[in-house]
Amino acid sequence: MDFTQLLQNMTNGVAKGSCYALVAVGYTMVYGVLQLINFAHSDVYMLGAYFAYWPAKWMGYLPDEKGGRAQDVPLALVGLFVVGSMVACAAVGALIERAAYRPLRNSGRLAPLITAIGVSLLLEYGGQMVFGTEPRLFPTFVEAQSYDVGGVKFANTSIIIVVTAAVLMGALTLFVNHTRQGRALRAVSHSFNNARLMGINVNATITMTFMLGSSLAAVGGILVAMDQPTITPLMGLRMGLKAFVAAVLGGIGSIPGAALGGLLLGVSESVVAYWSTTYSEAVAFLILIGVLLVRPAGILGSAAREKV
Amino acid sequence: MSALLQAEQLTMRFGGLTAVKEFSCAIESGELFGLIGPNGAGKTTVFNLLTGVYRPSSGTVTFAQSDITGQPPPVIAARGMSRTFQNIRLFDELSALENVMAGAHLRGHINLFDALLRTGRNAREEKRQRDWAYKLLAFMGLEERAGLAAKHLPYGDRRKLEIARALATEPKLICLDEPAAGMNPSEKQGLAQLIRRIRDQLHVTVLLIEHDMQLVMGLCERIQVLDHGETIACGKPREIQSDARVIEAYLGVADA
Amino acid sequence: MARNFLVMLGLLAGCYGFNFVLAEFIEVVYVDYINLCGLAIILAVGLNVINGLAGQFSLGHAGFMSVGAFAGAYASIMLTYGVIESGPLSFASMGSFLLCLALSGLSAAAVGALVGAPTLRLKGDYLAIATLGFAEITRIVLTAQDAIGGPTGLKRIPKMPLLPGAEKWDGGTSTFWIYAFVCLVILLSLNLQRSTFGRALICVRENELAAETMGVRAARMKVMAFVYGAFFAGIAGCLYAHYQHSVRPDDFTTVRSIEVVVMLVLGGLGSLTGAVVGAVIVTLMPQFLRPLEEFLNLSGLSMVVYAALLLLMMLFRPQGIFGQRELSLKLLRRLVPGAGRESGP
Ligand SMILES: Nc1ncnc2c1ncn2[C@@H]1O[C@H](COP(=O)(O)OP(=O)(O)O)[C@@H](O)[C@H]1O
Ligand SMILES: [Mg+2]
Repeated sequence: MDFTQLLQNMTNGVAKGSCYALVAVGYTMVYGVLQLINFAHSDVYMLGAYFAYWPAKWMGYLPDEKGGRAQDVPLALVGLFVVGSMVACAAVGALIERAAYRPLRNSGRLAPLITAIGVSLLLEYGGQMVFGTEPRLFPTFVEAQSYDVGGVKFANTSIIIVVTAAVLMGALTLFVNHTRQGRALRAVSHSFNNARLMGINVNATITMTFMLGSSLAAVGGILVAMDQPTITPLMGLRMGLKAFVAAVLGGIGSIPGAALGGLLLGVSESVVAYWSTTYSEAVAFLILIGVLLVRPAGILGSAAREKV
Repeated sequence: MSALLQAEQLTMRFGGLTAVKEFSCAIESGELFGLIGPNGAGKTTVFNLLTGVYRPSSGTVTFAQSDITGQPPPVIAARGMSRTFQNIRLFDELSALENVMAGAHLRGHINLFDALLRTGRNAREEKRQRDWAYKLLAFMGLEERAGLAAKHLPYGDRRKLEIARALATEPKLICLDEPAAGMNPSEKQGLAQLIRRIRDQLHVTVLLIEHDMQLVMGLCERIQVLDHGETIACGKPREIQSDARVIEAYLGVADA
Repeated sequence: MARNFLVMLGLLAGCYGFNFVLAEFIEVVYVDYINLCGLAIILAVGLNVINGLAGQFSLGHAGFMSVGAFAGAYASIMLTYGVIESGPLSFASMGSFLLCLALSGLSAAAVGALVGAPTLRLKGDYLAIATLGFAEITRIVLTAQDAIGGPTGLKRIPKMPLLPGAEKWDGGTSTFWIYAFVCLVILLSLNLQRSTFGRALICVRENELAAETMGVRAARMKVMAFVYGAFFAGIAGCLYAHYQHSVRPDDFTTVRSIEVVVMLVLGGLGSLTGAVVGAVIVTLMPQFLRPLEEFLNLSGLSMVVYAALLLLMMLFRPQGIFGQRELSLKLLRRLVPGAGRESGP
């Protein structure tokens, strides 16, 4: 067995897992508040990548038709693109909540679930209509480099991914635990009615939840796009399922759970990929079913019991 | 002969809360037995323990000479214990008739292939269920409502329909959880008559949870009183009415 | 029962006649649409028992279909040519085709039991996502099997057997076979729905706890629903493979599963009539939108249209076109006095 290769796979897994984590928080926060699997979340992640791609393309930071070398995007502009994409995705997230989910908030659980699937299809294939079906090359936000440590290669993109994800997740945790809005979010996910009685604007808080999750997903989309480096309108499909699995694994409703679940999933996939890349795709689903059967509340979640 | 239903030392804990503590009772075949107590005393939880919805933390339930502790609800239903729910649980999209027929499913003897191929056995089973269901609907005074979806029935009829459905399983014992809740005095009168007829004409033993003291006292032959999960009295209505602890725990609260 | 056999016999004759009419008078493209509708109806009516009657929201129907497709196609190739990928494309013999159909139905049903049993404790969206996961695992496992062609799947699958008298028909007798099973699944599902088991399934959907305390074994009923739905999904898969003459694991992605769910939701979850109508709409819509899609050079348009349709449906008519009722049958009964045997004394 080639331990260097295995170690290499595991370090790649950490980077992949960080991306899962960034998307998973969106699932976990929305589920915590609405008990809804927001299928459309992964398509907001896709939009995040496109929202950063567009301005870069307009400003000419892409290889031209003749295959000339792409120019690197200056750092200040990268920052601008990322923030712009986060804001745009937050707006899309808020819009989805407002237009599709809010009207159905009191009509059982099936209707919102089907609606979520509908919104997801709409964004995926609407994306195809607008962006075209073929994969697009993502502009170079950072010049690729890699560092060799004892045979294991660390790509600078991987390092950027892990650091960015860690910083954002940390910031989110601080926000949720130590600000007024964060407290409101926790109160709303506990009980709509009690939160309302305490003078919390439930609707505004739910909208904020969608905006937070969507803007993190946007960053996730950009990071993955940098790493790949191509994007397609259907890139959210697989990411969505896996990020959701990460959220369930960590314990749905729990933000540290999403981080933990994302990392665990990313690393397990990469380890299995050492033997078979085909089967590494199945890991997420095996974990999902295993968790649902053995410990539906996930690693860091807590179970509830129906009262008769 | 021993009792039809015998519970011994049933205890149910939810986390730190002991909802029912060392509950024991023995109900004879043909009895009309009342279980009363203030809100939150643990009455519904006792029903859930008896009918297999919850597994008791400790204690045993014996029904018709066999130990049914911890058995799942369908097994207990098959043994002949049926129930209604305090918060009505009908099959809303089905008609009143179909609701009662669903109760009759338990005593059916056809397999899936009879149903898929519509054999003669399937036709006979359908007829049996239909006739039996009509009979019970008529018994409960609901024959006019047979074709109506359960969700469209008025409140009082929904309660009665639940009783008809429970009776359709051909039980030896029926457990009624606050069947008169939300009814007006004249409806309650009618219901009391019905409950008595269930025992007298259908020969089904009745275990009744009820809030209306007048109704319970007039109807039941023996009454057990719960408070905070513990049995504080058990006996004839007369004895219960004059029991100091009951008056303090229950009547005192009810009158306040 | 005898009446049922007579009805089925009549329907088979009808299918034969239908196939004849299509072969003689209808353009091949439209015949293709009609066949695809038939396959969709088998899938949707089967899934309706799981999602509609039993209320177990399954999002993995393509998984069951794929198991049936590969089991049936593999057996068919082996029985016809003896080895994978050789020999000219020929017709399967009647006996071997029926054997393959049975095999595909049963293998899919076995997988249905396998999926149904462990996921019993899950409800609503968790069940949806778990069944979706199962279907994905199935697809990945199939992709990894070299014996059935890996990612490229099986090719040169024999055609469905010809019937006597049909030697000169264009397009063979696929329509007959597909619609024979359409009739079978509708007839059986109708019988099931109106029987004590159908009511028991609905009870589980409406209120599982009440169903259990009334003596309905919810777990058993759910597994039964999964087995039933999966069986017909397997049959549909086998028919599909023989119809297309080739089959790949990627024919059975999550999108395919979602498509079947969309059919049910459009028609009205729990309504057999709705499942049929939904299947036809969802199958035909992209076919008619495709010219527009190509004209405007907008790929994805048809999917966008039915996503939009789904959303509008949820917002304005969440119960679907037919709700839970078999509107057309009731209507028929009302229009034809004495035709109904329902609704007692
Ligand atoms: N599933 C449950 N989980 C936690 N506590 C419960 C549950 N069911 C009942 N309880 C508690 O047990 C106590 C008794 O409840 P219950 O049996 O419903 O009372 P009653 O029917 O006499 O009004 C109450 O304090 C109630 O909150
Ligand atoms: Mg109670």
